[in-house]
Amino acid sequence: MTNPNPEPDSSAAGPAGTGSPDKAPASEEQATETAIGNTERAEAATTPSAAQEPRPTLGRLFLENLWAANTFTVTLLSLVLAMIVGAVLMIVSDPDVLATYAYITARPSDAINGSWTLVSEAYANLFKGSVFDPGATTLNAALSPISETLTYTAPLVFTGLSVALAFRGGLFNIGAQGQATMGVILAALAGFLLPLPPGLHLLVAVLAGALGGAVWGFIPGILKARTGAHEVINTIMLNYISVYFLTWLIVQNGVQDPNRTDAISRSVDASAQLPRLFGDGLRAHVGIILAVLATWAVAWLLNRSTLGFELRAVGANPDAARTAGMSVTRTYVLIMVFAGALAGLGGSQMVLGTTAAALTPLVIAQIGFDGILVALLGRVKPWGVALAALLFGALQAGGNRMQSYSGISLELVTVLQALIVIFIAAPALVKAIFQLRAARAARLQTSLAKGW
Amino acid sequence: MSTTAVPDVAVAPVDEGFWTRTRKVGVVLLALGLLATVLFGALATGEQARFTLSEDAAGAALEVNGTVGAIVFGLITLAAGGAMLARLPKRWFMPLLAVGLVAFVLSFLCWQVSAAPAGQNFMPLVNIVRGTFLLALPLIFGSLAGVLCERSGVVNVAIEGQLLMGAFSGALFGSISGSVWVGLLAAAIGGSFISLLLAVFSIRYLVDQVVMGIVLNLLALGITGFLYERLMQTDPTRYNSAPRFSNWEIPLLSDIPVLGPALFRGNIFLYLALLLVLVIHIALFRTRWGLRTRSVGEHPTAADTLGVKVLGLRYRNVIMAGAVAGIGGASYTLALFSFTKNMIGGKGFIALAALIFGRWSPTGALLAALFFGFADQLATYLGAINSIIPGQFLAMLPYLATILAVAGLVGRVRAPAADGKPYIKG
Repeated sequence: MTNPNPEPDSSAAGPAGTGSPDKAPASEEQATETAIGNTERAEAATTPSAAQEPRPTLGRLFLENLWAANTFTVTLLSLVLAMIVGAVLMIVSDPDVLATYAYITARPSDAINGSWTLVSEAYANLFKGSVFDPGATTLNAALSPISETLTYTAPLVFTGLSVALAFRGGLFNIGAQGQATMGVILAALAGFLLPLPPGLHLLVAVLAGALGGAVWGFIPGILKARTGAHEVINTIMLNYISVYFLTWLIVQNGVQDPNRTDAISRSVDASAQLPRLFGDGLRAHVGIILAVLATWAVAWLLNRSTLGFELRAVGANPDAARTAGMSVTRTYVLIMVFAGALAGLGGSQMVLGTTAAALTPLVIAQIGFDGILVALLGRVKPWGVALAALLFGALQAGGNRMQSYSGISLELVTVLQALIVIFIAAPALVKAIFQLRAARAARLQTSLAKGW
Repeated sequence: MSTTAVPDVAVAPVDEGFWTRTRKVGVVLLALGLLATVLFGALATGEQARFTLSEDAAGAALEVNGTVGAIVFGLITLAAGGAMLARLPKRWFMPLLAVGLVAFVLSFLCWQVSAAPAGQNFMPLVNIVRGTFLLALPLIFGSLAGVLCERSGVVNVAIEGQLLMGAFSGALFGSISGSVWVGLLAAAIGGSFISLLLAVFSIRYLVDQVVMGIVLNLLALGITGFLYERLMQTDPTRYNSAPRFSNWEIPLLSDIPVLGPALFRGNIFLYLALLLVLVIHIALFRTRWGLRTRSVGEHPTAADTLGVKVLGLRYRNVIMAGAVAGIGGASYTLALFSFTKNMIGGKGFIALAALIFGRWSPTGALLAALFFGFADQLATYLGAINSIIPGQFLAMLPYLATILAVAGLVGRVRAPAADGKPYIKG
């Protein structure tokens, strides 16, 4: 019975084989010590790569790593690859352009020009809709793309953090979708059922959202801790249970909009809505500020707090954590409660923010599933997640413009998002395609390959 | 296999002391029986609850007075629960559980049918059984795809994506070619395309299999949705009007009451699904391929030592699984509906639930899929008779049942030991 040993060993070393895991706890202990008296340094140290190991100057590092398989290059090239595949999809789905390929040997210019116009226009609109539109004449129009991007970014930051936090603790939270659904339900109920003064009302609604998500995270957490039931299965099941609960709830008396016969609830009171940032014309709301605060809080929790240390220890090696006297079961429950609360906060923004004010069956769109992609793209690090959410928010915002101006369906954005994550999840593939220099590329720290 | 359980992180201590599994389940059954006897009995009306053996109210029927039926079946559940607490031998566990649960459902039906609006106090069994099979079809294909994948050690969360891709390519190429058979072939290829990606990325590039599955679901959703809007919506007659398989009636067998019309007047997909369950069951447990597949799923190192090509076998099985799921997707577009965006709508995840509920075996998956199909069909029926039970809660049933199953409340569920673990030849 000594045979089984090599196999689990090698599989454990595979995903986390960069040598950092043994180092991380040591530096964390120091970190927690220094953090007691000095919280300012926390901000500077939240980018873990900078904090953990001494490195040469940034400029040299940049040049050295430019064409190496490092995190940044791989991410950028993944984006490029995804856009190339997206371009191919656009071309093959356009009958007019496709027709020119029938005689490409006779007149290649037709095919090339047609394809170029189609693809470049679409991607130009993607850019104009998300970052900046050179044709904008008013201030509002110039700010509008950014505002849209931030509006879509905010909830994704929360769901991304939710998934990332669980990943760090060794759990795969596929349930962000369901937790966000419960969050949006409770936030909306608090938003139109409770007669509270402004300010307090908003606070209560936001907290209700967090509570809804936390409860929905607690269930798989306690089941995992008590019975060993795999959280992947349970969170998937809970996602669907929450959706059916939502569709049932919407049409109940007191919840359904009395003036409507279709499935839509009453609207959240104005006193419970997140204030807008740049005036009434633009949709960006305070949610994005909350998102930044949440990112900071999660970074602090993970890297500076005792709980975060336990969480990462459990994620890296539960047996060792247990031997060291940590309660693995308690940590599992806490991880899922926190992850659920974050996802619930993300969900609450879908009805307290500017995207919608009433519950509908599709009110939270895909933010939970997108959160998984965001967490992976952000390499399960809090600030990385925030940046990844920004990219996804931009794609979403730009996708809207691409749909209305170029007639390219918004679904293309889903394809792009999925492809980006597929490529970054397999850095070896990107490395092979672009002949990148080998580097200590940060592999995805999702050493979760434990099966059910 | 006892050693493989050790590394598991939070495996619950096996029930010890007074609250054994039998006792817990017995208490649950007692509670259910009490609920059925008291609540269902009180709510049921004195109307006759008729279970007709046809598609409408006419014809032969099994009849029972609503109140009497609800109470009697409730008492049976109570008795099953009581028997379970009375320390009967272990082999009685499953039969007692089955009897208890079935009686509970019957008690529930007696109440519902008898309380239906006047003139609707009947339940057409033919419709129910046929609907059950119809709704279970994609689940059967999907969970068989899961069995093929996971028995060889690759977690398949991408069933949803495989079904969707199959449905889409079946519709697209079926429409373009005008032939159902081309559509069927294209559906199988479409499904295996998603699975090929799953195989390459999880076997070759060692990407976490659950992560990959989730991402592939989104990819399939995106690609099919995109091409649907670009092609099918702009020119539905050309791209989205696939021919459909007609129903084949099997002589003699189709005259069996209730089961005949439901089982032997179906389309090719129904026969194919049942055949596949049989074939995969036999292949998995009676052939050399099956032995190798199972050994690769349980202990790849040992299999490799004995000369089994672990990675090759995994590739092959995963791709086959995709083809099976793809055909399952086509059971929508080449028989029932034209393609719409996200038309699978979570069936892939119910199939995953069926796979787990059926404990990774083809026959178990079939039974679980039928159970989930029945829950789905019951929801439709109750909606039609204006039941006070909201359909959404019945729709939750498969998911709740799965949670209970994996939490160990209804027997222990154990996945293949190497499921989800990449194999690195060392």
